[in-house]
Amino acid sequence: MRTETDIVVDHLTKRFGSVTAVDDLSFTVRPGAVTGFLGPNGAGKTTTLRMLLGLVRPTSGAALIGGRRYEDIERPASVVGAALEASSFHPGRSGLDHLRVYAPQIGVSDARCHEMLELVGLADSAKRRVGGYSMGMRQRLGLAYALLGDPDVILLDEPANGLDPQGIVWLRRLLRIFADEGRTVLVSSHVLSEVQHTVDDVVIIAQGRLVHASSLDGLRALAETRVRLAGPDEERLAGLAAEHGWRVERVDGGLDVFGVSAAQIGAAAFAAGVELHQLADVGVGLEDVFLRLTSSPDAPASRGGVAA
Amino acid sequence: MSAAIRAEVRKLFSTRLWWLLALVLVAYLVFIGAVMAFSFTVQVDTMGQAEMPTGEDMAKQIYSLTSPIGYVFPLIIGSLLFTGEFRHKTITASLLVEPSRWILLGAKLLASLSVGVVYGILGTASTVVGAAPILAWRGEGAFLGSGDILVLLGMSVVVMTIWAVLGTAIGSVLTNQIAAIIVILAFTQFVEPIARMALGAWDLTSDVAKFLPGAAADAVVGASFYAQDASTDLLSRGAGAAVMLAYIVVFALIGRYVTLRRDIG
Ligand SMILES: Nc1ncnc2c1ncn2[C@@H]1O[C@H](COP(=O)(O)OP(=O)(O)OP(=O)(O)O)[C@@H](O)[C@H]1O
Ligand SMILES: [Mg+2]
Repeated sequence: MRTETDIVVDHLTKRFGSVTAVDDLSFTVRPGAVTGFLGPNGAGKTTTLRMLLGLVRPTSGAALIGGRRYEDIERPASVVGAALEASSFHPGRSGLDHLRVYAPQIGVSDARCHEMLELVGLADSAKRRVGGYSMGMRQRLGLAYALLGDPDVILLDEPANGLDPQGIVWLRRLLRIFADEGRTVLVSSHVLSEVQHTVDDVVIIAQGRLVHASSLDGLRALAETRVRLAGPDEERLAGLAAEHGWRVERVDGGLDVFGVSAAQIGAAAFAAGVELHQLADVGVGLEDVFLRLTSSPDAPASRGGVAA
Repeated sequence: MSAAIRAEVRKLFSTRLWWLLALVLVAYLVFIGAVMAFSFTVQVDTMGQAEMPTGEDMAKQIYSLTSPIGYVFPLIIGSLLFTGEFRHKTITASLLVEPSRWILLGAKLLASLSVGVVYGILGTASTVVGAAPILAWRGEGAFLGSGDILVLLGMSVVVMTIWAVLGTAIGSVLTNQIAAIIVILAFTQFVEPIARMALGAWDLTSDVAKFLPGAAADAVVGASFYAQDASTDLLSRGAGAAVMLAYIVVFALIGRYVTLRRDIG
């Protein structure tokens, strides 16, 4: 069994001059699960990951892996594997040499480098210079580097960037296997849909602050239904909604009702004798929840799937 | 630490740059050696100037050119150990496998010894290959059997090695590759030669000139193209080496406490 190693981010803050990239951020990541670390561009995801990895010094707060700071972990790359940017390679070095360069310090053999290239599907390009690699190939090489030390914790910053659809499916399966093996997997992305089929938990940040942390189901619970109503007499529609205490929003050409199913609304309208011309489930996907959570900077943080 | 050094050596020799630069170094020094040997022997023959060195002294002066002419090469290859990492952002991966900035710095300084020795041997041999046949043919001999000359050639290798280490230390301060190369080129090709000439022209300032890195290097070699009399115009061998090491220590400490304290990202 693997050593269970959690990640704890505790009141973490990072200011770059006047820019507060990460603002009093706290969350935890558990072993045995894939956690999506989500937020729009500039939310502070990469900065948080860099603080976890001892590359950026926090202004205040702590970022701990297995209770320790990264720089206090002995042979850290055998505990934590990270891939931050797909472009951090010397273009003149071969893919294999890129791994061999780090192998001595991670404490692995050249054979392990070959093995990892095999795993990420780069065996045929091992001797080619990285300058000639495509974006997706670089992404894979970054992953091979992260996995060299067979780490308990895997941190990937936007790993799906540049991967083809097959590559994304392959990555998903791989991350699932890692989580099932008991590893701690944290994957950042700025699009929820990219990871929603992969992750068990989500941590969502915006403007450096936590806006939501829960299981994926907890996030789903925030996704309300949205039903579009239209009829000849809008006032009667509004009256019907008020009578039942539905939350509504007037939209062009009708009324949107939240949190009530189309069937319930239809039945209520029938019972009240209100004429309907449109009764359509316009649904709210997870992506809308994500957008809603991340677009209002002053939204209070919600936890455990409890709607704010 | 030994794993860190091994990693740095692998970084150095896993791209083509080290041998491309070595190729230029060899061609350049063979050419300079030949030209200098030729012009020295021709001038002596035709004009017979009294102050021109002759015999073994002439051979010494020419063989000592490896460092003052070629030191830009080990400096640049040394600096690339740092600037290459920042330019290609591999510094992230390097610090992930070894978060200790001290170990990173130390491993790079020590690893640069390896490429320094290679450049020292290649460079010194190139000067000799360019000059010796002409000295033997037109002058009073190549003097390759002389003990003094052999010591000088050995010291030339040592000094080129130290240059590579100094280059790495400079790279730890000037992590921008273009900036580092421009500064090294400007310093070695203009600033230092002019400073040595200018400062060396007066007795008062020539004491300062002795402490310029190139003058310290000449002191380690034991002969100088700039100095009429090596015994008075140069530091002793030991003092020269100490001055060069002092430069390395100063740059490395600035690198450690300024550059390597910054956020990486
Ligand atoms: N070294 C730096 N100096 C100054 N500002 C920085 C630095 N690094 C990040 N920032 C700022 O911090 C904020 C967060 O950036 P960060 O890269 O962490 O966002 P991100 O969530 O990773 O975004 P993306 O999805 O675009 O990758 C941004 O406003 C960015 O401009
Ligand atoms: Mg980012």
